[in-house]
Amino acid sequence: MSYDEEKLGELLRMLSPAPEAWVRAAQELPTARAALDDLVARAEADAELRRRILDDLEAVLAAEGLEPGSALLAELRDRLTG
Amino acid sequence: MSRDEELVERCLAGERDAWDDLVLAYSRYVYAICSQGYRLQGADAEDAFQDVFLRVYDRLGTLRDPAALRPWIAQLTRRVCLDRLAAGKREEPLELEDTGIDSTIEELDEAFAVREALTELSAECQEVLDRFFGRDESYRTIGEELGIPSGTIASRISRCLARLRERLTAGDATAGRNEGGSPSGEVGT
Repeated sequence: MSYDEEKLGELLRMLSPAPEAWVRAAQELPTARAALDDLVARAEADAELRRRILDDLEAVLAAEGLEPGSALLAELRDRLTG
Repeated sequence: MSRDEELVERCLAGERDAWDDLVLAYSRYVYAICSQGYRLQGADAEDAFQDVFLRVYDRLGTLRDPAALRPWIAQLTRRVCLDRLAAGKREEPLELEDTGIDSTIEELDEAFAVREALTELSAECQEVLDRFFGRDESYRTIGEELGIPSGTIASRISRCLARLRERLTAGDATAGRNEGGSPSGEVGT
């Protein structure tokens, strides 16, 4: 395939960077996942903690120093209610 | 071994830096499919972006052909975007699926190949081309940031584009180079 300067420029423009915060959050997924796994294990052994988490998921996570994205939050809710 | 095969192998071996590298390598591509292909914006785009990488992280071990990482990620991204659009009860997804998405993703695949070729150029060329085209920075900003006269930016861009074109032409000459396979390399999504 042949490329002129205009076409190359057009293709380079198509892949602009994603917002830095999004990239950072995605890179931290393994850490967040491990922390949530730990939290779920504790909640399974502690009914009061499980109730508090389900009452106000985001507040409990913030208190734990966690700021997971919506996908992990939804997964956590499913795991605790499933 | 291709870059993608190496990335997948390192991720599955539990190398922490490998996941960072994979996210960096595919963040622009996923973002472009969400925002240009499916026109997701704001929180919808961000949620889809995170959901895609969560699925990639969880399911990477099911990918049978690591060389098919890019089409596999494209397929996951399409599915996540369609789910999100359906959840929002919008009417666009079917229309987009039928008319524009395939050609948009084809163009993004081409753009991805160009960016891969860009990584084989000098750091200076990568920086100048990415700032000008990818980040839409002006000659003046680029000159100030890189400490070079802004009057020379245009010629640097032109020279780097010529090198990029040479690289792509050389890549074409060695046909069959990392075609990327098909998403059928997955076990399940």
